[in-house]
Amino acid sequence: MAGTQRVYKQRIKSTQALKKMFRAQELIAASRIGRARGRVAQATPYSRAITRAVSALATHSSTSHPLLTDRTDTNRVAVLLIASDRGMAGAYSASVIRETERLVERLQASGKEVALYVSGRRAVSYYTFRRRELAAQWQGGSDAPQVDVADDIADTLLRAFDAPAEAGGVGELHVVYTQFVNMVTQRPRVIRMLPLEVVEGVAPAGEGDALPLYDFEPSPEAVLDALLPRYVRSRIYSCMLQAAASELAARQRAMHTATENAEDLVRMYTRLANQARQAEITQEISEIVSGADALAS
Amino acid sequence: MAELEVDVVAADGKIWSGHARQVSAPAADGEIGILAGHTPVLSVLRRGEVRVARAGGEVLRWTVGGGFLSVDSDLVTVVVDSVEDATGTQVAH
Repeated sequence: MAGTQRVYKQRIKSTQALKKMFRAQELIAASRIGRARGRVAQATPYSRAITRAVSALATHSSTSHPLLTDRTDTNRVAVLLIASDRGMAGAYSASVIRETERLVERLQASGKEVALYVSGRRAVSYYTFRRRELAAQWQGGSDAPQVDVADDIADTLLRAFDAPAEAGGVGELHVVYTQFVNMVTQRPRVIRMLPLEVVEGVAPAGEGDALPLYDFEPSPEAVLDALLPRYVRSRIYSCMLQAAASELAARQRAMHTATENAEDLVRMYTRLANQARQAEITQEISEIVSGADALAS
Repeated sequence: MAELEVDVVAADGKIWSGHARQVSAPAADGEIGILAGHTPVLSVLRRGEVRVARAGGEVLRWTVGGGFLSVDSDLVTVVVDSVEDATGTQVAH
C-alpha cells in the first residue's frame, strides 16, 4: 500500500534526525573529555601537596582532631552522591544511584540513620520522584565541576560533621562517585571520607624517602586545623572531577552505540520500504493485467 | 649558592613552578622568608602577598587568600586557596 510506504519513509526521516543528534552529542562529549581529563591532571599537584603535608603531620605529631576521631554521640551518617545533570550517558547515573542504594541499605541494616547529600540533577529527580528527603542538593555543572561548588559541598558536609547531634550532626561521611579508570571502564566507588583515616594518607607520602622532621608554624594543632578541611575539599573536588570525566566517557560511548543503532534502524526501514514499494508495484501490475484480461475475455 | 625549587599550586592547577633564590610568604604569625637550606617547615598562610625572588633579581608577586606552605630539602610548595594578581583582580580561583 502507499500508506505503509509513507509510514516507513517517515520513520527513516525521524531516525535520521535522531542519529544526527546522537552523533552531535557523541562529538561534544568526545571534545570535552580531553578537557575534563586535563583538569584531573591539573588538580593533581594541589592534592599531592596536601596529601604530603597531611601525612607529614600525621607521622610527626600525635595531636588529635575532631575530623580524625569517631563520633559516638550520633548514629546519623551522611552519604554524598555524585551523579550527572543530564541523561544520555547510558547507565552512568543509574549505576551510581544503585551503588548508593546498596550502601544506604547496608548502613540502615547496621542501625544508622542516613542523610543524603546529592549532586547532579538526575539523581536529585530520582529521589524527589520517590519523595525521599535530601539533606542538601546541588545541580548544574556536573560535567565541568568548579572549585567553588566543590568547596560549597565540602563546607556543607564539614559543617554537618561539626554540628552537635541534636542539630543533625553526622558521625560519618561516605562518598559515592564514579572512578575514571580509562575511556572504556568507569567504576562506581564508595569511599569513607570522614572521619579521616590517616593511615591511608601516610602511604603515598613520597618517592621512598623518609619525611623530614617538620617545624609547624604556628603550632601543629593550628596547621592541622587549616589543613584537614582543605584536604577534604581537595578530595571532594577530585572525586567530582573523576565523576565528570566518567560521565563524559559514558556519554560518548552511549551516544556512539545510539548512533550505530540508529544506522541499523535506518537500514532496516529502508529494506522494509523497498519491500513495500515492490509489493505495491506487483499489486498494481497484477491489477492492470487482470483488468485487461477481464476486458479481453 | 644552592637554589630553591618552588611550586605554587592552587586547587585547579599549578600557578608557577621554577627555581628561585628566596621566597617570602605571609605566615600565620608574621612574614616568613625562606632561603636555601631552610629547616623543614609546614606553615599556615594568611591573606597577603607571596613573593618569589629569582636569581636574576626578578621578583614575582601574588596576592593570595590563604593557604599553606611547606619546605623540605630546598623544595618549597606554596599551596594557595585563591590568587589575585597585583592589581587585586581575581585571575584564578
